[in-house]
Amino acid sequence: MGALARGPWLLPLVFGALALLSLVLTPFLVYLLTVILARGLVVLGLLILWRTGLMSFGQALYFGVGAYAVGLAEKYWGLRDAFALLALALAASAAMALVLGWLLRQYRDIYFAMLSLAFSMILYGTLVKSRVLGSTDGFTVPAPHFLGWAPGPALAMHALLLLTVAAASLGSFLAARYLASPMGHLTTAIRDNEIRVEYLGYPVRRAIHVKYVFAAMLAGAGGALVALAVGHIDPDMTYWTTSGEFVFITILAGPGSVLAPFLGAAIFEAVRTYATAYAPYSWQMVLGICLLLLILFLPRGVWSLFGARRRAAP
Amino acid sequence: MTKFTAKAGWWLGAAALAGIVPVQQAAAQDAATVKLGVVTFLSGAAAGPFGIPSRNAAELVVEAINAGTLPAPYNSKGFAGAKLEPIIIDENGSTTEVVQNYRDLVQRRGATAVVGYVSSGSCLGVAPVAEELKTLTVFFDCGTPRIFEDEDHHYVFRASATSTIDSTSAARYMVSRYKDMKAFTGINQNYAWGQDSWSDFEGAIKDLKPGLKEEDPLFPKLFAGQYSAEITTLLAKDADVVHSSFWGGDLESFVLQADPRGLFQKERFYISTAETAMFRLGPKLADGIIMGARGPWGVYSHDTELNRWFRHAYTDRFGTPPVYPSYQMALSLLGTKLAYDKAAAANPKPGVEDVVRAFTGLEFEVFGTKIAMAQGKGHQGIHEIAQGTYKYDKATTTPTITDIVYYPAECVSPPEGTKSTDWIKDGMKGAKNCP
Amino acid sequence: MLTAAAILVDGLDYAAWLFIVAVGLTLIYGVMKVVNVAHGGLYSMGAYAAAWAVGLYFDRGLAPAGSFLVLALASVAVGGVVGLALERGLLRLFYGRDDILIVLVTYAAFLILENLVLQIWGVEAYPAYQPATLLGTMTIAGLPFSTYELALVPLAAAIGAALIWILARTRIGKLVRAVIHDREMASSFGIDVGRVYTVTFVVGAVLGAFGGAVTAPIISVAPGIGVEVIVLAFAVVVIGGLGSVAGTIVGALLVGLARAAAVHLLPQVELFAIYAVMSLVLVLRPQGLFAPARQRRI
Repeated sequence: MGALARGPWLLPLVFGALALLSLVLTPFLVYLLTVILARGLVVLGLLILWRTGLMSFGQALYFGVGAYAVGLAEKYWGLRDAFALLALALAASAAMALVLGWLLRQYRDIYFAMLSLAFSMILYGTLVKSRVLGSTDGFTVPAPHFLGWAPGPALAMHALLLLTVAAASLGSFLAARYLASPMGHLTTAIRDNEIRVEYLGYPVRRAIHVKYVFAAMLAGAGGALVALAVGHIDPDMTYWTTSGEFVFITILAGPGSVLAPFLGAAIFEAVRTYATAYAPYSWQMVLGICLLLLILFLPRGVWSLFGARRRAAP
Repeated sequence: MTKFTAKAGWWLGAAALAGIVPVQQAAAQDAATVKLGVVTFLSGAAAGPFGIPSRNAAELVVEAINAGTLPAPYNSKGFAGAKLEPIIIDENGSTTEVVQNYRDLVQRRGATAVVGYVSSGSCLGVAPVAEELKTLTVFFDCGTPRIFEDEDHHYVFRASATSTIDSTSAARYMVSRYKDMKAFTGINQNYAWGQDSWSDFEGAIKDLKPGLKEEDPLFPKLFAGQYSAEITTLLAKDADVVHSSFWGGDLESFVLQADPRGLFQKERFYISTAETAMFRLGPKLADGIIMGARGPWGVYSHDTELNRWFRHAYTDRFGTPPVYPSYQMALSLLGTKLAYDKAAAANPKPGVEDVVRAFTGLEFEVFGTKIAMAQGKGHQGIHEIAQGTYKYDKATTTPTITDIVYYPAECVSPPEGTKSTDWIKDGMKGAKNCP
Repeated sequence: MLTAAAILVDGLDYAAWLFIVAVGLTLIYGVMKVVNVAHGGLYSMGAYAAAWAVGLYFDRGLAPAGSFLVLALASVAVGGVVGLALERGLLRLFYGRDDILIVLVTYAAFLILENLVLQIWGVEAYPAYQPATLLGTMTIAGLPFSTYELALVPLAAAIGAALIWILARTRIGKLVRAVIHDREMASSFGIDVGRVYTVTFVVGAVLGAFGGAVTAPIISVAPGIGVEVIVLAFAVVVIGGLGSVAGTIVGALLVGLARAAAVHLLPQVELFAIYAVMSLVLVLRPQGLFAPARQRRI
């Protein structure tokens, strides 16, 4: 968000560079970058909520909804087009968030967190019980088509990465514009003192509801893209540890910019990949220690490394 | 924040991504070695009963293959003469992570073949990626029949039989031993493995004894650990026979909580993975429990030179006898070796297509049991299975299994081309040579 | 009639266990406003330490009755040491910063603890069944129940009563309650808030480890037992109201009875039971059932 204050060139530059880069990356990096950016999208939504003083421990709900929307559409309607699937995921998450947000917007702090967690676990329980959907084994999602073009698996991964880059840039652009708008500035105001905001005449609950739906849509998009990249969906995507990971990356990245979530996701994946590969018997400890060190030395998140000046803006 | 820290930040970010770029160039395959990925649970709840025993077996067998010290027909060195370089990674994590680690293994670290996977979810997630990356992948333990029933695969193989044979053979064993049973029920963990195992058993036992009464089966949460309410419910019910696919910590907790309350004396239990716990629980496991081992493995294995070597070497090195996951890993490695060797007969430096062709439809004997890659268009193995009853020998303080019955493959497996759930629903037609 | 009795006994059993496991969490949150994810790790360590100690104890062939003391001592030792190390060595560095940062720190601590357990004790499960088998079974309404599990009920009641009495009557309890209500005020009155924090965290950690130790004889102590417990414990304390010991008692009872009823009457909903109860309570009473009053700051 602060990036835009400096001038609107940073966002298109970063994502344009990524798009160009994606053409020369090795297949493994293509896959990895897709997953990183998709998870970054989810975290972007959490960033907006965090600035409002709310931490959702249940974003996995929408992550899963997006993924299962894609999977079910492919399985039962034969819908293969990536754009249509993405739109479907967005619609499904938005619908669910509209309903649930109406209840959740009245809660704060730990109660918001726990209630959002409860909803995601209820979905988890439902999915596990559903043998039609494969229960905990889930089911496979075949490679998508792109507006009628049905590429082979390798090309499909590249195309998917480009789609993800586009989604990530659109998402962060919209987030940045929103946060710069008057309603967007309400985020930190609500976090600081909600009652005063009410007295000033702004509808706090409606604002929270809007942010919640926005975050849900981002999470749904992320879930859809991960489902397409990994090619497999299962109820684990809605489990609380998945939500926990997203929260982790959010705080790791810090609240500094709409680009921070993507950097945070990249670093998390990098640490995890290395830890699993080179410390197969102790990777969880390595992950925990690395993350602790990062929190200790970079309390405002990894993005604080890039802050050149202190800004008056939150 | 200074300009220096900002620069440092950019380098950090770049390093994070760049560090994942492969250092060496794309798979400059050294013809004299085969980089073999081995994937199993090194942490988490499945490590104790399945992961570590299979990891141990992999270590043992890979060493022996490289040294060429195994009995015939496995006595040549390596895979088609090429030395094995194992890369062992942890299967623990979400399916997304498992798939990512598989890609890392193949695309970044250059594995040319992968043997692994305990969890059915992992297998289902990895199979399409194996096809995409055109890498020979052999699943050694996961039980779901869906792998080859839902889709055809070219590069994926599984020499161990599916979990269908556990339930069908158990049902036959129960029916033949407990002729006066009137009611049955089950207690299984509430996830795919538990639900599918129960559904197969329920269908099979109803096929064999149509008049049997079914009490509501129980499905406690996976890793619940606390079963007092379930045990009370089972004690209050009328079932003579109970099916369970509990494993690991849940299995042990359940046994430790149920035994003092007399549950195993009141009802006859079949536990499909019980063999993994028999040496650990010893006298705490009640006599009379029917022990599944997913095949004629562990103490059910036939006496052959290979088996004698395996049991002796494993117990020597790891302090405890090998259990069925160890056998499954061993046979998967040995089957893969045979495929490589067979392919080498035609082409001394076999490529993946040669090995795939050799593996398809392969028939081989291991630990005294014949395995035929006869399902899944030649990619899925079938073999016999044994069931028996637990008896703790107090005199020698040894866990033993008595009243062993072997069920041949053609009795307990569905015919090629038929889905196992359909086969059971239709009454297991065509099952022959059943004892 | 039989089923009602069974549900009651099973429900009380499970509630007692839930309470012992969860009460440490509510204390820590109530006083420090810290969401202690590492609670699962302490539970795990308590269980492993107890199982290992009990194993050693019986290997020496000492009087079986002493094994209960061994259980308690092992958990207190582990909980005390690890709790102290965590609070002084780690959490202290993050007080005054964003609340959510501490959650992250405890999460990282949890990852480390889980792996530490793996490094120290390996992947094999540790049985520690002797204390449970010692007590045998009791027949209630015609069904045999494990006496050990039934004994958890009076134990939980004792712990709950002790905690409530300490908070209400003793000097340290009043100091703690002062800090719960208003940290800044308490500090300006000269209360050493840092010391209260340390004491509270260590007590909470010991209780968590004790929960694990007490559970060890009836389960197989295996890797990963900590993960499941975290969410369960949190649900219970949220239902009861964070920071209220009485609330945790009620929350545990609600969840225990609901789950027992589900298992006996409607097994299909057993997976949801706890989350459904939690959602219902939060919808009806957003702060939980017995949350201490909080003033609104304008």
